[in-house]
Amino acid sequence: MVGITSYGAYVPLFRLNREVLAKGARGEKAMGSFDEDSITMAVAAASDCLNGIDRGTVEGLYFATTTSPYKEKLAAPIVAMAADLREDIFTADFAHSLRAGTSALRAAVDAVKAGSAKKVMVAAADCRLGTPGSAFEQNFGDGAGALLIGDSDVVATIEDIYSVYNEIFDVWRADGDTFVRSWEDRFTSTHGYLEVVAAAVSGLMKKSGSSPGDFAKVVLYTPDARRVMGLAGSLGFDVKTQLQDPLFADMGNTGTAFPIMLLVAALEEAKAGDRILFASYGNGSDAFILQVTEQIEKLKGRRGMKGHLASKKVINDYKTYLTWHEILPREQAKESVRFFSAPAAWRERETNLRLQGVKCKVCGTIQFPPQRVCAKCHTKDQFEPYRLSDKKAKIVSFAMDYVTPAPALPTITTTIDFEGGGRMECYMTDGEPEQVKVGLPLEMSFRRIIDRDGARIYFWKSMPIRA
Amino acid sequence: MGSIKDKVAIVGMGCTQFGELWDKDYKDLMVDASYEAFEDAGIEPKDIQAAWYGSRESGFTGSHLANALKLEYIPVTRVENFCAGGTDTFRNACYGVAAGIYDIALACGVEKTKDHFGGFNMDITDPFDRSMVEWELPPVSQFAQLANGYFNKYKWSYEEGKKILAKIAVKNHHNGTLSPKAHFHREITLEQAINAPMISYPLGLFDACGVSDGGAAAIVTTPEIAKSMRKDYILVKALSLDNGGGQGKLRSDYDFSYIPETVEAGKLAYKEAGIKTPRQEIDIAVVHDCFTITELLIYEDLEFSPRGKGPEDVEAGTYELTGKLPVNTDGGLKCFGHPLSASGLRMIYEVYKQLQGKAGPRQIKKADIGLTHNVGGVCSYFNCAVAIFGKP
Repeated sequence: MVGITSYGAYVPLFRLNREVLAKGARGEKAMGSFDEDSITMAVAAASDCLNGIDRGTVEGLYFATTTSPYKEKLAAPIVAMAADLREDIFTADFAHSLRAGTSALRAAVDAVKAGSAKKVMVAAADCRLGTPGSAFEQNFGDGAGALLIGDSDVVATIEDIYSVYNEIFDVWRADGDTFVRSWEDRFTSTHGYLEVVAAAVSGLMKKSGSSPGDFAKVVLYTPDARRVMGLAGSLGFDVKTQLQDPLFADMGNTGTAFPIMLLVAALEEAKAGDRILFASYGNGSDAFILQVTEQIEKLKGRRGMKGHLASKKVINDYKTYLTWHEILPREQAKESVRFFSAPAAWRERETNLRLQGVKCKVCGTIQFPPQRVCAKCHTKDQFEPYRLSDKKAKIVSFAMDYVTPAPALPTITTTIDFEGGGRMECYMTDGEPEQVKVGLPLEMSFRRIIDRDGARIYFWKSMPIRA
Repeated sequence: MGSIKDKVAIVGMGCTQFGELWDKDYKDLMVDASYEAFEDAGIEPKDIQAAWYGSRESGFTGSHLANALKLEYIPVTRVENFCAGGTDTFRNACYGVAAGIYDIALACGVEKTKDHFGGFNMDITDPFDRSMVEWELPPVSQFAQLANGYFNKYKWSYEEGKKILAKIAVKNHHNGTLSPKAHFHREITLEQAINAPMISYPLGLFDACGVSDGGAAAIVTTPEIAKSMRKDYILVKALSLDNGGGQGKLRSDYDFSYIPETVEAGKLAYKEAGIKTPRQEIDIAVVHDCFTITELLIYEDLEFSPRGKGPEDVEAGTYELTGKLPVNTDGGLKCFGHPLSASGLRMIYEVYKQLQGKAGPRQIKKADIGLTHNVGGVCSYFNCAVAIFGKP
């Protein structure tokens, strides 16, 4: 049976206290750092999902987002390469809709069913912006989810799928809009979300001959904290025992990634034999019935939703939010004599995106970036590739710059030694100056470095290990 | 391998005022430095048979020097080797003379840093066109890593380490007050240095050298010709240069508590000059204190202090003007200022004046053997130059 063989999630370390957005507003919203975007978060969720999985077995990568940095340029290959997937696999972006995550999931299930791929990774991420002062600004959060679809070692089989579409202006962003637009709530909830998700869920139950009592859990996208309860109740589910908590107090609406992240949260609590009903929303709805298998127990050791939600730093000022999301202009470092070179970026793609070093076949020394002549035994061109992105590391030495303009000071730079060998000099991210010292344990995180000439440059940074 | 020892003599030197010279451009600096050197040597520009021009970002061809000085169709080679560029410029001129090709050669290093926003364009050690993944921070980040590596190795707390570094800054600020051509002429206190705003942890404002405009020049010739020109010419005893191959950033056996390039360049120079006990034999050293931590490491890397004992010599005043081995008698990069490719020649200028006994209020008592040192670039890719000079 085709289904989910692994799952992963990513919630940024930072949470914005909603109190800074509106007096009395409750909870926190997940907030990406200035060096994160949908691509970096998708890579983090995909890496979480690939924990313990042979990356060479993945034969497709579908990236779903409404917040790609590009209108014309495929983002999926960036995610695929940073996740260190093979180059001879099918990649596609699913975009333009909050339903893109489940569209990608449905396509992945179909691809595996049809035998066109053995395993397909679905990675969904979003970092949408609400207009300052709006309810959207309070509700939206940043995050990513990833599901690996396959037909062996399945942790949750996908039993049935049902989709509907609806043509409506409820929430949308035109080309060039920074913030999400919407029609008035009374209209959109009635003829948008409530009506359409209800149609998909009841259509699916009818098609599969099931009833609300058959499900251990119902996982539904929701535009806000409240509306999903009314919807689930009206469909005949018990809100208290069956409805997946939409995590509004902890995270907020993470757009395209939201239903997938909630599904991951549900799977983390699921037992073998549980049936889950799962539906998205966005100009229509995709609804799925899942059946959890005995394999679910094997997916321990990943951070997933629970681990990422528990590891957090709360931001209590609005300026940080506005600056990091480039809503407020910020001081830029004076441009130096450096030009972005597409050929250089292309030549270094394995190094910079996969974080691929080399291991000398003669003396075994691991080196990053790759060299032509070994730094230890001076043998020429006798190297094999060596992945560093999933290795832990420690600080050898560091610096903390308080002067050069940056969205957050100090800018921490580190020289690190990887467990198992290899050394690298890189920025540190998501760290506090007070914790930085020689020997600090680290992991690697894929982040934005700079935007230049319309090109977004990504690279790996060191990061204190997330608890 | 041959040796430069006693094969080349300096017969004239010039050095401009260092500082924020808003009213001068790089050609003014070439003219001012070179003409002081011509005058000091008692020669005319037409006597120069070949020239070397050191510049990191103030002109990318030797023709700039020919243009400024209106040299008449002689070879001018531009030299760039980051912070060691000035000494390397001098080194190449010396080899031109030692090879017997030229009788009299000019080495001129100039840097107009302050026309660039924020001082100088720090990112041009690598090719201009790149994938842009490298960090974009000033050089201090590299030297802060050395400070953190050193503090960690010898178990210095931040407070203990800062105090030692502050003493080096206070010393160089004092020496700077005795150098009319220096960028800064101001005494500072230990407290000021320790409490100055942080630039790159653990280095603060007073741990950093001045970014300055300036130029310096030397006229070199054979010892035979030198004898006919003046009595107090100065002999070149050693010229060493080495470049790091990046091993320290690739291999895990480097701990950022020393600079291997300085160690190796020092050994080469001592061998060439025949120096066995540097701490005893060297009378004055003018070294690359781009940051206070660099000067501390140099004490150990050049074998002035035993490994790990540099701070003890700082406490003992060994390197002060009245100490056993005065270091950076003219204020160093810290106060004289640091116009990159001019700095090596400025250091030679100070040693030249001290050995001639013409250093004015900062003249040290015994000055027979002097050393200069530059190190530039980024950790493990440093380029390092050491030069040693003596009296005839």
